[in-house]
Amino acid sequence: MANLTLVQAINLALIQEMEKDDSVIILGQDVGVNGGVFRVTEGLFKRFGPERVVDTPLAESGIIGTSIGLAMAGLRPVPEIQFEGFLAPAYDQLCTHAARMRTRTRSMFTVPITCRVPVGGGIHAPELHSDSPEAIYAHQPGLKVVMPASPYDAKGLLISAIRDPDPVIFFEPKRLYRAFREEVPEDEYTVEIGKARIVVEGNDVTLISWGAPVVQCMNAIDSSHHSIELIDLRSICPLDTETIVESVRKTGRAVIVHEAPRNCGLGAEIASRIMEHCFLYLEAPIQRVTGFDTVMPYYKLEQEYLPEAHRISAALEEVIAYGTATGLGSAG
Amino acid sequence: MPAKIVFHAKIESVSILDEQGNFDAKLGKDVIPDTDVVRLYEHMTICRQFDEVAFKLQRSGRMGTYPENRGQEAVSLGAVYALHPDDWLVPCYRENCGLFWRGLPMEYILLHWMGDERGNEIPRDLYMTPQAIPIGTQMLHAVGLAWAGKYRKKDSIACAFFGDGATSEGDCHEALNFAANLDLPVVFVCQNNGWAISVPTKMQCSAPTLAQRGLAYGMECVQCDGNDIFAMAKVVGEAAERARRDHRPTFIEALTYRLGDHTTADDARRYRDEAELKKWLKRDPLIRIRTYLQQRKLFDDSREKALQARAREEVAAAVKRAEEIAAPTSSDMFDWLYAEMPGELATQRATLRTSGLGQDPSQLQEQSPAPSRNP
Repeated sequence: MANLTLVQAINLALIQEMEKDDSVIILGQDVGVNGGVFRVTEGLFKRFGPERVVDTPLAESGIIGTSIGLAMAGLRPVPEIQFEGFLAPAYDQLCTHAARMRTRTRSMFTVPITCRVPVGGGIHAPELHSDSPEAIYAHQPGLKVVMPASPYDAKGLLISAIRDPDPVIFFEPKRLYRAFREEVPEDEYTVEIGKARIVVEGNDVTLISWGAPVVQCMNAIDSSHHSIELIDLRSICPLDTETIVESVRKTGRAVIVHEAPRNCGLGAEIASRIMEHCFLYLEAPIQRVTGFDTVMPYYKLEQEYLPEAHRISAALEEVIAYGTATGLGSAG
Repeated sequence: MPAKIVFHAKIESVSILDEQGNFDAKLGKDVIPDTDVVRLYEHMTICRQFDEVAFKLQRSGRMGTYPENRGQEAVSLGAVYALHPDDWLVPCYRENCGLFWRGLPMEYILLHWMGDERGNEIPRDLYMTPQAIPIGTQMLHAVGLAWAGKYRKKDSIACAFFGDGATSEGDCHEALNFAANLDLPVVFVCQNNGWAISVPTKMQCSAPTLAQRGLAYGMECVQCDGNDIFAMAKVVGEAAERARRDHRPTFIEALTYRLGDHTTADDARRYRDEAELKKWLKRDPLIRIRTYLQQRKLFDDSREKALQARAREEVAAAVKRAEEIAAPTSSDMFDWLYAEMPGELATQRATLRTSGLGQDPSQLQEQSPAPSRNP
């Protein structure tokens, strides 16, 4: 066991997988000598050499497109895209090739790449360094999308992603990179893709989130006297519908929290699944606490945009009050 | 201080067998032995028959949209002829002739255009990727495939095919730059057939050649007559050797012409001058190679007659195999998405015919609300 930050946990997972399997190689902008702009690949260049930790020309489509070729030939590339705002140039390669290769060739070719991408706001970064585009990629059949919210999950999920036979986008909430430490086993373990984690058990309301807002949810729970169940999805695609449904059937109320804009965000999909499976159990309308349907503001306003604990607390109070305060109440 | 010239460049254009049948014996020496020229001619003839039949299949409603390959056979055939059997071929959709030479059964291409993914279920030992539809994107895959070969210290290289239009795509430039900067064994074969659907090559590039695009990335580049199978085999052979020996890429611009429409959904008469087409009909790669054989008495009319019969027979057999394959089942679209099917997808597969809602049946049937948690 070691007490690690999320950055260190990812770094450890990379080292262990690279030592275990020489088909794992890292490529991207600044991943080599510099160890990545967030130092996630720190020390790997020295340890594994320039053939396995490769600084490429600066071109995101190129990084993902060549990763696809490497994967089709049997390697397991782990490309890094420096910020989620720069994932867009690689969208074409991810969605027109990586996601479809298995289907269109009936598994004759597969693309086991793990595309690592720092994601989200809250670190006072410049324009296009703070977005949350996970829903865009979750919408593309053939991709898997994960986003850990703790060092333990980060290590286990990354190992699962690297070993996964299909393409995985591994979003790393940069606000949590060094936010806290956690005991992370040195030994090998995996966290299954597609399985959510119940962070806190409760009975009054189900709070569903992923990535950096999970910490905000914890803060909201700490300041509440209600019994709140917190689910960290960890995997955005596939979604763990079962865990959500089981919880909401128990609590009858749900609040979904995400950083991404509300319109067509994952919250809408989750709310819909809750409706499909829990309609007769619901005591109140499902609430969403999300980023707004605006362009992610420059950082002077980012605190206003992000779903911080006080907004989550307000939503929890409204959902719990619905139908109980007056008997006919409204979620407002 | 006067400015210095820091870079000089020249672009060579290679031609060995021209449209009049003139053969450059010096350049063409030992490029293709006569017995192979006969085999290549026979193969091209069969491919031409395939192309004509494929066109008719579309016109008669037995196949979907199809891009004719007519007139461009020598480009991919000359290239594949010059490569090793385990060199990766990364094609676009006018490389049928080269793919068939490598060993792809003809029905695979038919199945692809008949709307059946099994046409892309290409045996791994053929070392070819499925035809890429999004223009230029496949060039990066060639770079990755070549890279994997180098990483594993294999002798194999990758050869990417793409058109003149693709050279305007960003992925083309990223691929050239990656290959050059990372010292990767890639042969880039640009089929400059004059047209990207209705847009002529001069609208893609203001430079006098497409070949010189390679210069900017610091790689060898050369132009050649793409309707001359000898020139193709020679420049690709040299590029492949450079790739294998030095891990250096090459950009080849093969000058050819799309004798047909872009696809069966296109009508080139809307934008293309008839005189231009007539000029290129005389440069047909098949005519040229037939002239070469005739001059050397390597082929005659009776062999030609037998060849035509064989072509009809082989293509008809391929059509039969493509048309007789069992229909795909609706579960196929679910079954090949992931190695392991996620639960939600399994539900969709199970309910695709029985539930328009795709919802939880237990919820729809419940008569009374569940007990309240907050009475």
